[in-house]
Amino acid sequence: MSEAAAHHGPPQGFLRKYVFSLDHKIIGLQYYALALVAVFIGMVLSWLMRFHLVWPNAAIPGLQLLSKNGAPGGLITPEYYLSLLTMHGTLMVFFVLTNAPFAAFGNYFLPIQIGAEDMAFPRFNMMSFWTTFVAFVVLLAAFVVPDGPPISGWTAYAPLSAVGHDAGPGLGMGQNLWGISIAIFCIASLLGSLNFIATTLDLRAKGMTLMRMPISTWAWFVTSCIALLAFAVLLPACLLLILDRVAGTSFFIPAGLVVSDHLEPHSGGSPLLWQHLFWFFGHPEVYIAILPAMGIVSHILINSMRKPLLSHKVVIGSMMAIGFLSYMVWGHHMFLSGMNPFSALVFSFPTLMITIPATILTLIWLGSLYGSRLQITAASLFALGFISMFVSGGVSGFFLAQPSIDIYLHATYFVVGHFHLVMGVAAIFGIFAATYFWMPKMTGHMMNETLGKIHFWFTFVGAYCIFMPFHYLGLAGNVRRYSSFVDDFMAPLMPVHKFITIAALCTGAAQLIFLYNLVHSRFWGPPAPENPWNATSLEWTVPSPPPWNNFGGTHPVVYHDPYQYGVEGAKEDFIMQNSPEQVKTPIRS
Amino acid sequence: MATTVPAPPVIDKPPSRPFPGMPGGNGPAGLIPDSGGLRAVADRSPEPARTGIWVALAAIAMCFAALTSALIVRQGSGNDWQHILIPRILYLNSAILVLSSLTLEFARKKVARYIRLEGVTRSQAMQWLGATLALGLTFVVGQYLAWLQLRSEGLYLATNPNSSFFYVLTAVHAIHVLGGLGGLLRVMYLLRSPVPVLRKSTMDSTSYYWHFMGMLWIYLLFVVCLKL
Repeated sequence: MSEAAAHHGPPQGFLRKYVFSLDHKIIGLQYYALALVAVFIGMVLSWLMRFHLVWPNAAIPGLQLLSKNGAPGGLITPEYYLSLLTMHGTLMVFFVLTNAPFAAFGNYFLPIQIGAEDMAFPRFNMMSFWTTFVAFVVLLAAFVVPDGPPISGWTAYAPLSAVGHDAGPGLGMGQNLWGISIAIFCIASLLGSLNFIATTLDLRAKGMTLMRMPISTWAWFVTSCIALLAFAVLLPACLLLILDRVAGTSFFIPAGLVVSDHLEPHSGGSPLLWQHLFWFFGHPEVYIAILPAMGIVSHILINSMRKPLLSHKVVIGSMMAIGFLSYMVWGHHMFLSGMNPFSALVFSFPTLMITIPATILTLIWLGSLYGSRLQITAASLFALGFISMFVSGGVSGFFLAQPSIDIYLHATYFVVGHFHLVMGVAAIFGIFAATYFWMPKMTGHMMNETLGKIHFWFTFVGAYCIFMPFHYLGLAGNVRRYSSFVDDFMAPLMPVHKFITIAALCTGAAQLIFLYNLVHSRFWGPPAPENPWNATSLEWTVPSPPPWNNFGGTHPVVYHDPYQYGVEGAKEDFIMQNSPEQVKTPIRS
Repeated sequence: MATTVPAPPVIDKPPSRPFPGMPGGNGPAGLIPDSGGLRAVADRSPEPARTGIWVALAAIAMCFAALTSALIVRQGSGNDWQHILIPRILYLNSAILVLSSLTLEFARKKVARYIRLEGVTRSQAMQWLGATLALGLTFVVGQYLAWLQLRSEGLYLATNPNSSFFYVLTAVHAIHVLGGLGGLLRVMYLLRSPVPVLRKSTMDSTSYYWHFMGMLWIYLLFVVCLKL
């Protein structure tokens, strides 16, 4: 335990305690709250989109207040549909999927799980949250500027995103705000990743070797390594995009572009360059979204199964392999971009290779579940749901990984179904699992298990109802990012869209159960003991909620591997990591 | 991975250092001694500032790698690559930056001797730090003069892709150099207090950052001269 870390004293005063807190736990909760707000806004945006797709002529009362031009009389214009789509993607990918599993739970539990008092750089930690908050506000400002949010998608492809307000609504100030917001978000993420890496490497407690860290800690560590290098690429990319827009440079804008009868003065740029830079970040980003959930789900399942996974080392190795390979596959988003088809082959191969560690992980989860006496709690249900969603979504990735098949499936709903299942829903299930598992520790109150299980079943069935049909739609040729479907071949597909919309609205409504459970339990839930789940890792050795310095000024000492469940000769069916109990045959995996 | 413990460690006793680099079941970082007991565990984890600076430098390197690859792709994408004449002052600036690295190394030695109370006064240590600071500021000013020179030749940010990359690369580097100057100021501030609260790790991290900025600039100079 290094004393050289910049430790702070107990917080004094309201601002220091709850607003500009240096305490990683408060910062984690702040990130969680931000993600909750973002996911609510993102979900509402998706409802607006789904509503418009099946009832394009029905006015949504009050929407004209949000945007006079985009939704006159409450009817969403095609351009505004694209704006909603862009903001939905940006909010969800950045502010929910990167924030909640990684920044929120990671910030809260990484230091405790390794036995540290706080993160290595608490002031950087505070700065990283408030910088994320500023990025969030800047992004939301795009809703209130006269032209509205950008229409170029969360991927902001050039030249649409680069030429400026000529190209359509939202591409003036809205796109500028998007670029600035994401650039600020990159800086925040870099600070956060820096903290995670330094903390994991330097602040582990006595006896906490790297291999004794829980799988969730490993997941956060690998994620932060990926995030460090990925966001460092997105930042200059956003800078170049902003320069193209406001300074007249031509990084991404080719010559001779006529937009709205206006010849663009730029020349020589490469739209493909933006795609390369963006996806070099963008593919590791999706693994940043999913790896923490994998770690959390492993952690929860082991606890619920009362036995470790088949091989601790292989799980960690697979996560590292996924992280490493994630940097080699970005071109699979660009099979149809006009790049050399041989490059497509070069990217297709590692894309298929990366399914290997992912499959290894899945098989280890399933193999460990076999023969285990799984305790069914809301957390373990969501953990199982994660595996289901990850497999369902991942399998469609096999098809998309082949350039020849992708020629047909690219930019159809097949892709949308794939990434929503494998990234959106699976990671959200990971977030839910983590919430049900760790809320007792974070708030000191147990959540209602019955409501949690009801929430799970509604969400599980609902998510499949929403996203499974997407694959069917994609195979039928339904193009993505269209605000209405007017072709003849689309007419038979409209009932499917209606089904999806109704499922989306119902599943969204079911989240109120979770929200109610969250708020009610926080204030009126039964008090949580120190270790309600009889778990082994260090976060269960501290009070619920933990004091400001986590371990009350003591330095924990770790004697055991993280998942000593069902050890022969032990007093109970689990041995906590800091327990001095000796056993003759510890579990080695 | 031994989890059996013959006896709980006695935390009061000072830990005896195990032989570094001992092979066998020592585990990473020598944390698990062969005997299995934790009595001999030594805390040899580095201070966070040391790890942190390497992590930060990795991110900064990645940022400039992205800009370099953007440059290479952009060069190949359009046929509007017009080589620009590099302002001569850039070579002087490079010399100034390299010199500032030298003065920083002198400063480090002086600071170390001052902290160890070996007869170096605080102002002597501060002088070298101040010299590094001054040279760094001169570098940034010199970069600005280089920009002015380009502007006088009619090469602005958007004139052609070469000039765009020149401004972007030098500006991003200069922003990071300003950050490094901030770090130096912080070191000087920490040194200023009657009882110096400057940790060796802080001094080391700040100087690694500064040297990295110098090496990065040499790399950028190559890129600028060869490509632009």
